[in-house]
Amino acid sequence: METILLLAHTEADGSLAKSAREALHAARTLNKSLAGSSLVVGLVGENVQAAADSIAACPATKYFGVAGKDFAQSRYASDAAAAEAICKSAQATIVVAPATSRWARVLPGVAQRLGGRADTHVTGVADAGGKPAISRWYYRQRMEATLTRAQRPWFILVDPGSQTACECGAGTAKVETVTVNLPESAKRTTVVGIREPKADAQTIRPDAELLFVTGAGWTKKQADGQTHVPEAEKLIRGFLQVSRASLGSSKSLVDLGGEGQAVLSFLSHLNQIGQTGSTPRHPKGLSTCCHGEEPHTVGWRFINERRAISLDPNCGWARGKADVLYVADAFAVMRKVNELLAAKKS
Amino acid sequence: MSIAYQIIVCGSIVPDPLQTLEPVTGPAGPALKNEMMLPAILDPWASHALYEAANLTKNAPGSKVWLVSLGPKAKLQQVMMTVAQKVPFELVALDGPASGFTEAAEVAAALADAISAIPGLDKSKLLVFGGWESASRGAGATMQMVGERLGITDQFQGVDELKIAADGSLEILERIEGGKHQVSKCAGAPALLGWATGNLPEPKNNPQVGMVNMRTVMPALQKAKPVKLAGEGLSFASVSLPKQLRETKIVKDKSADEIANEIVEWIKK
Repeated sequence: METILLLAHTEADGSLAKSAREALHAARTLNKSLAGSSLVVGLVGENVQAAADSIAACPATKYFGVAGKDFAQSRYASDAAAAEAICKSAQATIVVAPATSRWARVLPGVAQRLGGRADTHVTGVADAGGKPAISRWYYRQRMEATLTRAQRPWFILVDPGSQTACECGAGTAKVETVTVNLPESAKRTTVVGIREPKADAQTIRPDAELLFVTGAGWTKKQADGQTHVPEAEKLIRGFLQVSRASLGSSKSLVDLGGEGQAVLSFLSHLNQIGQTGSTPRHPKGLSTCCHGEEPHTVGWRFINERRAISLDPNCGWARGKADVLYVADAFAVMRKVNELLAAKKS
Repeated sequence: MSIAYQIIVCGSIVPDPLQTLEPVTGPAGPALKNEMMLPAILDPWASHALYEAANLTKNAPGSKVWLVSLGPKAKLQQVMMTVAQKVPFELVALDGPASGFTEAAEVAAALADAISAIPGLDKSKLLVFGGWESASRGAGATMQMVGERLGITDQFQGVDELKIAADGSLEILERIEGGKHQVSKCAGAPALLGWATGNLPEPKNNPQVGMVNMRTVMPALQKAKPVKLAGEGLSFASVSLPKQLRETKIVKDKSADEIANEIVEWIKK
């Protein structure tokens, strides 16, 4: 009989992130489908009571918590000690956790400590004839596999955005405190801050409704035989400001920047999507001046509604991949889109 | 900076990303169709780790880089012909599968054993590098398991920058959610860093570096230890390519203004 542990960390304000509720949904799915299984919750953070209370109506039979100043920061050594202690206290056989940067850093190591196995980037959980099964992608989202494992504990890190968030309500949870005494050797690392672009310069917005993908075509010679990079930059920035979209870029465009060419100054490798970049999840995606077949198109594998603007009606990026392909000059279209959006805003 | 670091870079080979990949089921489980025929490259993130390691040795005289790589010997040899021209390193080769369907824990065990067997390893100088994920399994799990096996609990993933202070302490930038970086300070080696892209361009091929590297690469390949990855306890029910082909509506005859109106309506819907 499986003991399914939802393992989450709190945010800086003591709350639970949406990704934690999504992982709870996955844990609950397994709990419902695996006869005789039990669901327990483990929380790590400076204070965990408020987070536990916020999901107290979920059918977990127990709540475990590791709390204290040492566990506020996202640090491998302290997080590993906390997660290990909770897993042992809960006697967990399946550990479901959100694949946040904090847990993705540490939980595979904890699986190693406990003699278990870890699967990351999990996009689905299911019952496979009384056994738990997961789905995940291989070769950078180019093929999907369903698999089961015999080893326990089995750590399942659920990709944020791949599940609906559990809407179980609040209440009062009785949290069993798990004491972890950190040795000095676990405090060699200190988190000293977060570095991020200024609010108006931040182009990566994971919660945005729309992903705006810019391809290398923006930097190529246009109909007049000239490049128009400053205008491209102005149009893209303008669109991001009025639409609040998140910005993605094809590898080629990001790499041009790395090679010192005069391209879009605000693009970095963090914007890169596709085979060697990220595969963000947004409800809608609009690509402009992109080209190429697989593997470039994996960048919008998880975008629901897709539209593209390209001068090439046979563009492999769009045909068969987008819902609508506009064969048009992206400069002209986006100029007008910006005008319309600005007018609506004002 | 006065510490002469021992930098171990873990990195395997992956199919060239521009190749068409198709899964097949073989006697040992899932694999890629014509896997041994596909042109291969050093994994992109492992490559970044290797370039960062080489760059670090320029600033820390006496430092040395080892590349520990698990893959089919013949494919490793092909890839090393190119990689060896990029930066100086000593290869530690393991002869085994480089498939994305292999088990991270088993790969980690093989890598950790190979690292532990490197003569003269000094943990107080040890930095273990690798990619934060691979372009094959993409698990982002192997490096953490290697670190645990080596007893390294100062671990960082999604690293884009490493700075080393005069006192040997490390300042590390890790990618976190929302296009941000977490800045951490670590007292010093040993540490494990899973690199994202970093900030360095791909080094140009240098035939002289290649000549020096190949003196150790070929013997390392000849004595590559065979590694069997059984995938114990792991059972694949299916591996398939995504099937959804969208019915793309091609809009050719509308003006920019009309298209813009349509897009704005769609965005606002």
